[in-house]
Amino acid sequence: MQTILSIGLDGLSYGMVLFIISIGLSIMMGLMRVVNLAHGAFAMIGGYLASYALRDLGVHYSVAILIAVAGTVLISIPFERLLYQRIYRKSDELTQLLLTIGITFLIIGVANFTFGPTLKPIPLPPGLSGPLDIGFRVIPTHRVFVIACGAVTALALWVLIDRTEFGIRLRAAVDNSDMADALGIRTEWIYAATFALAVGLGAFGGVVGAELLPIEPFYALRYMVTFLVVVSVGGAGSIAGALAASLLLGLADTTGKYLAPEFGEFFFYLAVILIVLLFPRGLFGRAH
Amino acid sequence: MMPEFLGIVAIALLGVAGYLLFPDDLAFLTRLIAITLLVLSLDLVTGYCGVATLGQAALFGVSAYVVGNVCLAGITDPLLLLVVGLLVGGVMGLVSGALITRFRGLPQLVLSIAFGQLVAALSNKLSSFTGGSDGLSGISPTPVLGIFNFDMYSRTAFIFSLTILAVVFVLLLRFVRSPFGLLCRGIRDDDLRAQMIGAAVYPRLVLMYAVSGAVAGIGGALNAITTGVVGLDSVSFERSAEALVMLVLGGAGNLWGALFGAVLFQIFEHIVSATNPFHWMTLVGLLLILIVVFAPRGLSHAVVVGWSKLTRREAEA
Repeated sequence: MQTILSIGLDGLSYGMVLFIISIGLSIMMGLMRVVNLAHGAFAMIGGYLASYALRDLGVHYSVAILIAVAGTVLISIPFERLLYQRIYRKSDELTQLLLTIGITFLIIGVANFTFGPTLKPIPLPPGLSGPLDIGFRVIPTHRVFVIACGAVTALALWVLIDRTEFGIRLRAAVDNSDMADALGIRTEWIYAATFALAVGLGAFGGVVGAELLPIEPFYALRYMVTFLVVVSVGGAGSIAGALAASLLLGLADTTGKYLAPEFGEFFFYLAVILIVLLFPRGLFGRAH
Repeated sequence: MMPEFLGIVAIALLGVAGYLLFPDDLAFLTRLIAITLLVLSLDLVTGYCGVATLGQAALFGVSAYVVGNVCLAGITDPLLLLVVGLLVGGVMGLVSGALITRFRGLPQLVLSIAFGQLVAALSNKLSSFTGGSDGLSGISPTPVLGIFNFDMYSRTAFIFSLTILAVVFVLLLRFVRSPFGLLCRGIRDDDLRAQMIGAAVYPRLVLMYAVSGAVAGIGGALNAITTGVVGLDSVSFERSAEALVMLVLGGAGNLWGALFGAVLFQIFEHIVSATNPFHWMTLVGLLLILIVVFAPRGLSHAVVVGWSKLTRREAEA
């Protein structure tokens, strides 16, 4: 029983981290159809900035998160203007793969040249680092924090996409970008805003998930495919899909690691193959 | 017969140049040749069939592991081991091809990644077969044809690998111009139209995958035979991604592009990453971005176009 509870809690919090980071990529792939392997690199920039802000500037955890998100979005602007714009909605996957692999390598090289090739710890504030007593057992507070962050992110995105003017324009552009253009929606700005949103969420997830996915020099390479796989399993562009896929894969991975640690990521990828074979468009994906 | 003849000459010249440039590092050149075979195999599916895959190292690595085990079990003739590698690679190609070519686009890419990672996780787990993270070592094949011993300066290994590369390259040059190779190119350009003229698309792609697997298998076998060890890096995602990068730098859809891309990339990597691996990543990243923006069909195509422009201008002047 103890093990099941531990697996459930760890799986849930790991899944939420996957969700926060991947949802940005999912929205981006749903709208701009870009297979972006560099998404993890932007999460890594967020982690590096937060670590720098916390340890060298000595600011509070919440301020560090703000710095990380804002800084990463700022850094990503030239990438969007100069490079990503070229590959929006282009169907050639190979070009997209190579450009985004190139961006990942560039970011890894420059980040480690600037900040040094060491593990970047993100110390938690005292309020989050201790244990939390929830009556029948004691659990790490940070896990609860991550799960809450994931839930809030999902809810906020749902409101943004389903209930606001921006969301309506965004959904119009997803369904038919040419028609949206013709109706006077500035799709170029929608794309730019979505890109900033995606990168910001990635950086946010990178910082709050650093306990589970530690920020290290090859972070962007190590988790390069993980986020893409989550999006593909969930179905690009779907919040519910990304949430379901993250939780499912987080649980599969955690269960596998608890019960058969020597198998590594075997169960994670076995689940991926089965789901993709059964649902090639993802769990909640739509035909394009 | 022209391209085949050119192929032999080019590889012989590359071999001589390599021997003169790195006389003390023939082991590096031997490794380079094994990876070049992997890149050629990737060109068959990615360049000629348009299948985007990030799991090609699985074919290479599994064959290397099997060859290593067969050698340890007592079958030590290098040529026989190459045949084993070819067959294992072919079977792996059939299996992964059947899985990966079922879809196009994102699901295809993700299946190839998942297949590669599955093989990598299993290789780590089945340590009685693969040696786990320590690697499989102690592979010592008998002399080639019973005459040429594998010496510690890798001289035999280098010439043996170079010969195999020349043979495979020439056969592939012929193969991609065969009706089957042309049909695969047709499928890449427009699979719907290929279907309309009566081509069975899925079986063709799986078959091409088997051929590609056989080539990758020869590469893996060469790697095991000449280095004597097989590590987890042979099946890693990084190996697959790097092969794709080499292919596209050189020019996908062209065996010459794959050849030169693989050779140039590895020589530069050998020199630059020895000083600082992060400089190397920055450089490759920049190069990839520049290639995609300015020469999307690869360096070899850019050189050919630039050359023809230059000669035309001279002719006009």
